[in-house]
Amino acid sequence: MHITRLLKIAPVLALVCAGVTVHAATITVFAAASLTDALGEIARNYQGETGNKIEFNFAGSSVLERQIEEGAPADIFFSADEARMDALEEKGLVVGKTRRSRLSNSLVIVVAKDSLLSIQSPKDLAADGIGHIALADPQTVPAGIYAREYLGKIHLWEKIAPKVVPMANVRAALAAVESGDAEAGIVYKTDAAISKKTRVAYEVPRQDGPRIRYPMAVMKEAREQKAALAFLEYLDSDAAGRLFARFGFIVDNLAP
Amino acid sequence: MTTQEWQIVWFTAWVSALSTLVILPPGLAVAWLLARRDWPGKSIVETLVALPLVMPPVATGLILLKILGRRGVVGGFFHDRLHMDIIFTWRAVLVALGVMSFPLLVRSTQWAFEQVNPRFEQIARTLGASDGRVFFTITLPLALRGIIGGVLLAFARALGEFGATIMVAGYIPGKTATLSLSIYQSVQLGEDTTAYRLLGVSVALAFGAVWGSGWFMRRQRS
Repeated sequence: MHITRLLKIAPVLALVCAGVTVHAATITVFAAASLTDALGEIARNYQGETGNKIEFNFAGSSVLERQIEEGAPADIFFSADEARMDALEEKGLVVGKTRRSRLSNSLVIVVAKDSLLSIQSPKDLAADGIGHIALADPQTVPAGIYAREYLGKIHLWEKIAPKVVPMANVRAALAAVESGDAEAGIVYKTDAAISKKTRVAYEVPRQDGPRIRYPMAVMKEAREQKAALAFLEYLDSDAAGRLFARFGFIVDNLAP
Repeated sequence: MTTQEWQIVWFTAWVSALSTLVILPPGLAVAWLLARRDWPGKSIVETLVALPLVMPPVATGLILLKILGRRGVVGGFFHDRLHMDIIFTWRAVLVALGVMSFPLLVRSTQWAFEQVNPRFEQIARTLGASDGRVFFTITLPLALRGIIGGVLLAFARALGEFGATIMVAGYIPGKTATLSLSIYQSVQLGEDTTAYRLLGVSVALAFGAVWGSGWFMRRQRS
């Protein structure tokens, strides 16, 4: 009687034991600063579901690209533009077939919440009342490169360039506007959405702005190839996509 | 070296020199008070003055950012009353360098004052010299070499400052880009040759300043 009962639950017990002994991987994700909040929440969910641990290194994508080139231990790179990923791929550091992107974003002009500035169009950035415009570094960091591209397209870059304060990443640019030290800044819509101390003064229409893409891929030197790929697929899933969308990202082909 | 690189070197050198010059009078005053006078709270002041030497420079930078920012006590006053911004300008660089090299200046000039035999000062005083006269005709000339050594050391520290500077001034090409910020930026950009050239200049400047400082300080002792 007792033995038959034990036999019945044996497979369950075996499964439970196996589950416990399965190696929990730690996956290191190097991700663009603008992904900080959304990825943090997605990772918390994923950790709860799988037991795998996700560690992040958030910074400007250009900084991350350099770190990976120098051999930093990244399993996944989640860039804010294709160019940073291309650079790594050219150097043979990317598992090419894992590369994909379905995230996009848009640019906004932000000012401090209590700012009296009124910005009807980007041209107002050239006004005398604005001495400092915080951008992510327009030479290296995607958010800054996108902003420069946009301002160039509408023939404003030359006029505005002397006022630009290049910051290490897009969140640093946002912080400079929050503190009031820069009168205005150009950041992603998703950054503005999480900021309580700034308000959106102007939203760049998607058709006017540059094409913003967030590619991600598993790195060739990843220590946790399999686990990294699994997490990458999770990031690419509709479940994660819905969360990204909730943070304001634009997600391609997202099933409702 | 390109003209832009020379501009970076020139900017770093003059803003470091200016910051050293600005902190010299208060630095000497504090150093002299620490070396020659006993007063309540002396050990507290001595510790406070030394803090930027051991605190993370970025932490010191954060304190400065909060004080000098437009919403800060000092920065707010400058912005509202004098229509002058500090953060993200060369002024922020000046303050960061001054604050970070102040402890080194005080420490080394305090030592220089302590090397002066107090008997000479006492003799001058018995001959009727005032405190001011004793200081300017006895103490200062006798401590001069040590003071120059300390000034050079503070200057060298200012040349290499990074952490506090990046917090308060950011990296703005042609406006706040110092040697160390530019080296970091060049590496980020993958412009390694620029980084190496600036590295070479930093090594040469630092070597010159520290060697000169040592030369003067050795002469103070003998």
